[in-house]
Amino acid sequence: MNIVNLDHLSANPLLPEVQEAMIQAIRANFGNPSSQHKLGDRASEALEKARESVALLINSGSPKEVVFTSGGTESVNLGVKGVAWAKAEKGKHLVTSNVEHNAVLRSLRRLKMMDYKVSSVPVDSHGRVNPSDVAKAIKEDTILVTIMHSNNEIGTIQPIEEIARITRERNVVFHVDAVDSVGVVPLDVQKLGVDLLSFASNSFYGPTGVGGLYVRRGTHIWPLLDGGVQENNRRAGTENLIGIIGMGVAAELAARDMTSRIAGMKKLKDRLLRELPNTINEYIVNGHPELSLPHLVSVSIKYIEGESLVLMLDDENIAVSTRSACAAGALQASHVLLSIGRDFADAQGTLVITFGLDNSDEDVTRFLKALKDAVKTLREISPLYAKAAQA
Amino acid sequence: MYSKTVMDHFRSPRNVGVIENADGKGEVGNPLCGDMMTIYLKINKDRIDDIKFQTFGCGAAIAVSSMLTELAKGKSLDEAKKITNKDVAEALEGLPKNKLHCSNLGADALQLAIKDYEARKAGKPLEEPVRKELHMHKHGEGCYCPYCDTQLPEGENTCPNCQLSVIQKH
Repeated sequence: MNIVNLDHLSANPLLPEVQEAMIQAIRANFGNPSSQHKLGDRASEALEKARESVALLINSGSPKEVVFTSGGTESVNLGVKGVAWAKAEKGKHLVTSNVEHNAVLRSLRRLKMMDYKVSSVPVDSHGRVNPSDVAKAIKEDTILVTIMHSNNEIGTIQPIEEIARITRERNVVFHVDAVDSVGVVPLDVQKLGVDLLSFASNSFYGPTGVGGLYVRRGTHIWPLLDGGVQENNRRAGTENLIGIIGMGVAAELAARDMTSRIAGMKKLKDRLLRELPNTINEYIVNGHPELSLPHLVSVSIKYIEGESLVLMLDDENIAVSTRSACAAGALQASHVLLSIGRDFADAQGTLVITFGLDNSDEDVTRFLKALKDAVKTLREISPLYAKAAQA
Repeated sequence: MYSKTVMDHFRSPRNVGVIENADGKGEVGNPLCGDMMTIYLKINKDRIDDIKFQTFGCGAAIAVSSMLTELAKGKSLDEAKKITNKDVAEALEGLPKNKLHCSNLGADALQLAIKDYEARKAGKPLEEPVRKELHMHKHGEGCYCPYCDTQLPEGENTCPNCQLSVIQKH
């Protein structure tokens, strides 16, 4: 039986057009984009073409504002640490939210070891930041605000435009981790008014190991990697041209097909949410009901643990993800779920389902059937369910 | 990630359920990651006649419970008292390193159930079920990791040895 992939946030397959472009690139005799001979020129042209495609996807004012990186994690590290280092003389205070990805959290933790101070604003029960909390957290010596565009666990989309108005007025640099948004939902860096924005190619069916950071003209950052003058002195090292070419094609396709992609995935998400009450009881759907990623459903199922559920669904050839501590390498409960008010036990039973272009209505049917059986089996084993039933 | 034996016990757990009017009951839990395990015993002439379990937890936790019941069933209490968490992990052909401390609670639950049986027999039943502590106080001063027994630096909420999160709240 074919595998139903409902874990597209973890990995997306490469689209055929992307594969083809990358195979062509592997076969082509590209030089180093920094070289001044014809082989170098050819490489440089391919590189700049990809940069234009990516700039168009996020409506950057100029392709020069796009810095290629090795992926979302590097982009975030560059956006956060690059500004912190460049602005250290002005101040050492940074503002973030309680629901950021580890790439942001751990970059900030590293900066704290270097005498930077960090304030973190809370979120409401839907996982949304209140912009006025950000305004209150900004101090005289604040140099950077970093808030994510959409949350990778619950899908909630943040009020980035409102926060950007505040950071501009207060003259503070604003970095946005948009790794799970770019290429998935419409996003316009000029309209949002942000200074830096991180993204990753695999989120829109390009290869892994490639990403980018939008750096608005005039925003000063220090590189993480020192070496050559590639990427306008902001990221040393010969560019991953084959991957970048793949990302460029993926960006063109994402821009072209975004409306129909969203409609297709929204349909599957809506059906799943509609039929969930007829499938299982005692669960909580996490995240904002409207301001959310169109392909993500996060659901906390009571009395059972997520890793067991993932293993059982895998036996039925269905791939999903969980936010259970047991499945996390660090064995810690999700800070996002705790921040929106889930308790430890409910956080344990949380599944994250993410649809993609290869999913069909039939996949939802298969998932719901398998979910019903697995939840029933695990609840029969669970002492918590037995206790709740007694009470 | 898991051995074949772990997956077998996870997919077809042995001895799931409750024993009504059990002679001994042991409940242990890990309050941080949330694993919970309850063991029920039926004792006949100081021998484990029947044993059942209920578990809330990951694949490893369920497999551990199942294997533990297989190891304990039919054993005399003296033999059963010698079963350790390590024995259960070995019978399962090993557990991932990060699950060794966190999900491997089966023998603890069994030992508690035996204690409960003996306490009842002596006419002094145990009070509420014991949960694994957030951190432990022993060897005199200081807080120790409940999973691996490493002393915790003051105010540190991650164990420096096993990297699991602990709570140092008094």
